[in-house]
Amino acid sequence: MKTDRLGHWLAILIGTLYFLVPLAATFEFSLRKLRGVYSFEAYRVVLADPQFQSSFTFSVGLAVVTIVFGMAIIVPMAYFVELRLRKLRPFVEFVTLLPLVVPAIVIVFGYLRLYNSSSLLPLTNSSLGTNFLLTCGYVTLALPYMYRSIETGLRSIDVRTLTEAAESLGASSGTIIWRIILPNIRSAMLSGAFLTFAIVIGEFTFASLLNRPAFGPYLQLIGANRAYEPAALAVMAFMITWACMGIIQVISRNAAAARP
Amino acid sequence: MASNASPASLPRPRVPWAVVGVTPFMAFAVLFLILPTLFLVVGAFQDNEGGFTLSNLGKLWTPTILSSYWISIKVSVASAVIGAAIGAFIAYAAVSGGLPRWIRPTIMTFSGVASQFAGVPLAFAFLATLGRQGLVTIFLSSVFGLNIYAQGFNLLSFWGLTLTYLYFQIPLMVLIVTPAIEGLKKEWREAATILGASTWQYWRHIAGPVLLPSFLGAALLLFANAFGAIATAYALTGSSLNIVTILLYAQIRGDVLHDQNLGYAIAFGMIVITGLSNLCYILLRVRSERWLK
Repeated sequence: MKTDRLGHWLAILIGTLYFLVPLAATFEFSLRKLRGVYSFEAYRVVLADPQFQSSFTFSVGLAVVTIVFGMAIIVPMAYFVELRLRKLRPFVEFVTLLPLVVPAIVIVFGYLRLYNSSSLLPLTNSSLGTNFLLTCGYVTLALPYMYRSIETGLRSIDVRTLTEAAESLGASSGTIIWRIILPNIRSAMLSGAFLTFAIVIGEFTFASLLNRPAFGPYLQLIGANRAYEPAALAVMAFMITWACMGIIQVISRNAAAARP
Repeated sequence: MASNASPASLPRPRVPWAVVGVTPFMAFAVLFLILPTLFLVVGAFQDNEGGFTLSNLGKLWTPTILSSYWISIKVSVASAVIGAAIGAFIAYAAVSGGLPRWIRPTIMTFSGVASQFAGVPLAFAFLATLGRQGLVTIFLSSVFGLNIYAQGFNLLSFWGLTLTYLYFQIPLMVLIVTPAIEGLKKEWREAATILGASTWQYWRHIAGPVLLPSFLGAALLLFANAFGAIATAYALTGSSLNIVTILLYAQIRGDVLHDQNLGYAIAFGMIVITGLSNLCYILLRVRSERWLK
């Protein structure tokens, strides 16, 4: 068993190196902007860039709208499918897996053909319409993850009993979802929300092809034109992803601890 | 509840609420997921006047398009196979014990982060690592006198892209395959050992066959994951590496093929490839759940 354990250590060690070396290299590279000394100059330049500020704010706003919009359509659907419309479950499973089958670039291609200026529903005519289209695109990207986390949340509580208890006290469907179901699946929803945030914040394909001034296309632009700033941006992007995933871990651990 | 206003076809008055609750999602799914996909699939079989034709699909058999599919498939297969093998090994090392307790949750958390760290920033990270001015490139040449670019390595190539994709493929594999490895029961190993089986025999006849469907299924998922990716490749190589997503991107941007329906056909081909690999994944998962319940 001794040699066994050596092999395990070796696997972990090589894996760790493979994942830490690029991070260390990126961080080191990002400090090299000023000749001869390490400095945070690249970060200062990036953070002071008005285009960085506007594109980052745009993407954060978009992520928030995506999360709210996605939850608003997915939660009632998942609740009623779990409670009354079980027949729909295979269809819902299929639809929520579809974004993993159809690549993002194909979906956005379809949008551009279906909702362009000469179509029945010319969403791309106005920037508001295009922003709406982009939001819809992000909801489809996040759909598998959002639905999965909400469904897990709903399964861990007794939806039927809670609903019947609330109904016998005279609550309407809206009240039940808002005041009974939502508080009970809060941690599942938060996990889905942060995962969605991590996916949306640096997304490139949709934003670029719909011509929106989002963070992803900005990253690409900087990458094509600058040397050290991209590394600084990569470090920041990694920290955002890390923060989102860390928060999810904390949420799910707290939820597990709170359960009897 | 006036009985003359609502017919008796609805047994309970709250049924419409369920329909109302489900409708927005259904409308969304049809408008923003199913219709756009169908539009491209139908368009792939139409000529410019809207008549049925197979000529768009026939036009995929040109050297540029075929080679772009081929490079995409090669990168996806390589990153899926290598990623699946290494990921499974790391997952096994983390699960099977013998290591300190803190290692496993650390690896799981890190895999969650790294599997989501893709797109444009990942390309930046690898340029800073293995690009011409990258830390590892310079380290190798100054310490070992090994100039990897003179040796024929190029980050903007098939192996460069594969190496970069592995950064999210390996952790994704760890996440997917860990539950399956956890499903291997200790008793199986003990029973095999008592009956005199060697480690090799245990893997060859027991653990291997039980894990194989999960392993293959996960590898297929990794394949589809890499096949549809574009941002990393685009930020890394610009349009110098002709993979199919970049070809389609250029086609959407500027209609480089001068044929809109050919674009639909390229998209259709991608859906077929990722669709088939996902279908096999689902079939394999059903098979693997027989043992790992």
